[in-house]
Amino acid sequence: MFVLSGYEYLLGFLIICGLVPVLALSVSSLVRPHRKGAERRTTYESGMEPIGGAWIQFNIRYYMFALVFVIFDVETVFLYPWAVSFSQLGLLAFVEALVFIAILVIALVYAWRKGALEWS
Amino acid sequence: MPYQLTLLKTMNPGIDLQGSFVQVLTDLGLPVGVAKVVWIPLPMLVVLVGATVAVLVTTWLERKISAAAQQRIGPEYAGPLGMLIPVADGLKLLFKEDIIPMKADRWLFTLGPAVVVIPVFLSFLIVPFGHNLQITDLGIGIFLWIALSSIAPIGLLMAGYSSNNKYSLLGGLRAAAQSISYEIPLALSVLAIVMMSNSLSTVDIVEQQAGFGILGWNIWRQPIGFLIFWIAALAECERLPFDLPEAEEELVAGYQTEYAGMKFGLFYLGSYVNLVLSALLFAVLYLGGWEFLVPVGAIADWIGVSETTAWLQVLTGALGIVMTVFKAYLLIFLAILLRWTLPRVRIDQLLDLGWKFLLPISLVNLLLTAALKLTFPVAFGG
Repeated sequence: MFVLSGYEYLLGFLIICGLVPVLALSVSSLVRPHRKGAERRTTYESGMEPIGGAWIQFNIRYYMFALVFVIFDVETVFLYPWAVSFSQLGLLAFVEALVFIAILVIALVYAWRKGALEWS
Repeated sequence: MPYQLTLLKTMNPGIDLQGSFVQVLTDLGLPVGVAKVVWIPLPMLVVLVGATVAVLVTTWLERKISAAAQQRIGPEYAGPLGMLIPVADGLKLLFKEDIIPMKADRWLFTLGPAVVVIPVFLSFLIVPFGHNLQITDLGIGIFLWIALSSIAPIGLLMAGYSSNNKYSLLGGLRAAAQSISYEIPLALSVLAIVMMSNSLSTVDIVEQQAGFGILGWNIWRQPIGFLIFWIAALAECERLPFDLPEAEEELVAGYQTEYAGMKFGLFYLGSYVNLVLSALLFAVLYLGGWEFLVPVGAIADWIGVSETTAWLQVLTGALGIVMTVFKAYLLIFLAILLRWTLPRVRIDQLLDLGWKFLLPISLVNLLLTAALKLTFPVAFGG
């Protein structure tokens, strides 16, 4: 049974939590000094003049990890309802989940062998 | 089973603060509806202030324990034992000038810290401190935390990319990669707990561990799960040995490099609130939440005191809050000691640990829990 009760608290708490950064930054803007100057607003690069920007094409090796992450995150979400109602489902659900996880483990082994999980 | 659960909930012996509060206001002549609306923000504000105070205490403890680990004295002059030093830090950040680099994207740069801080605070919605001593007992409970914890990497990426600084960019990417890598082992170890308690609600998870004192806690039934959870939680909080995103020798300060003043303060606050939150949830999931070392309810029954006696309700409520916070601070102490014990891992070691070790182990742990539950349904919440 899924009942939508208690979610008004979630909304209320979201509003109150949202006020935390707003209040912190606005109170700070009232009391902090405001100084101008181009020098102080340059990008930090260990004391050197910055060479080029950072909004350029670059090779992200994390991209492969992000792809594998999507697969396994979705898997975890699928497993949550299974786990909650496991006591009513019994042995058959266990075997089915075993098959489901086995398929994903094959995917993990494939990604591993292909080198998607290698850093260098 | 669902019938039993609903029966359990109606027999809830906890202290009913909301009922008493509404009763007092209606006695003063307010309509019931207004009294209930007046009640709603109160627990939220208490939790919010409590979390902020917990952060101040944690930063003070971090300094004192670090100092003790290195045979120094640590903060000493600001207040007794230097206890006012976190307040001084906070005030300093409040009065600091705010600098937005010329080349940065103003909006994303300001939005980044907010996106990191809000979900962390919002997760306190589901942390229970006792029967009814929680903002609300949501049906999706612990899953809300899993969902909210995946919002923070977006804020980190925003901060890293909008700064237009090479250190920030690398730090932001590292932070995002790290938190997505350790989110799956974390979610899978929580899944094994959920399976044992047949519910996502944090209250049900604690209820399921109750009745046998320290022997009933999940830590005995999930010896692999709690290790996975603790390692993954440390990585999610970017604590040493997993503090690569802000590795100061390589990346200056990672995604925080360009931040100053209160925006830096929000990142700092967010990371410590996250540590407190993870420790609290560890206590709830594995250390029996608000349960005392011995079952208080059974002792009360034995002496012959009814569960609805007012002084017993106040006593168990207070004991519940103290126990939850005590367990959480024990874990924070452990995290601080680990900081001064273990060296920082490299990025390839970090990703290897997450994907090639923790992920397979946590899948095995889940299937093992399922198999044990089929074999010994009594011990594993059948």
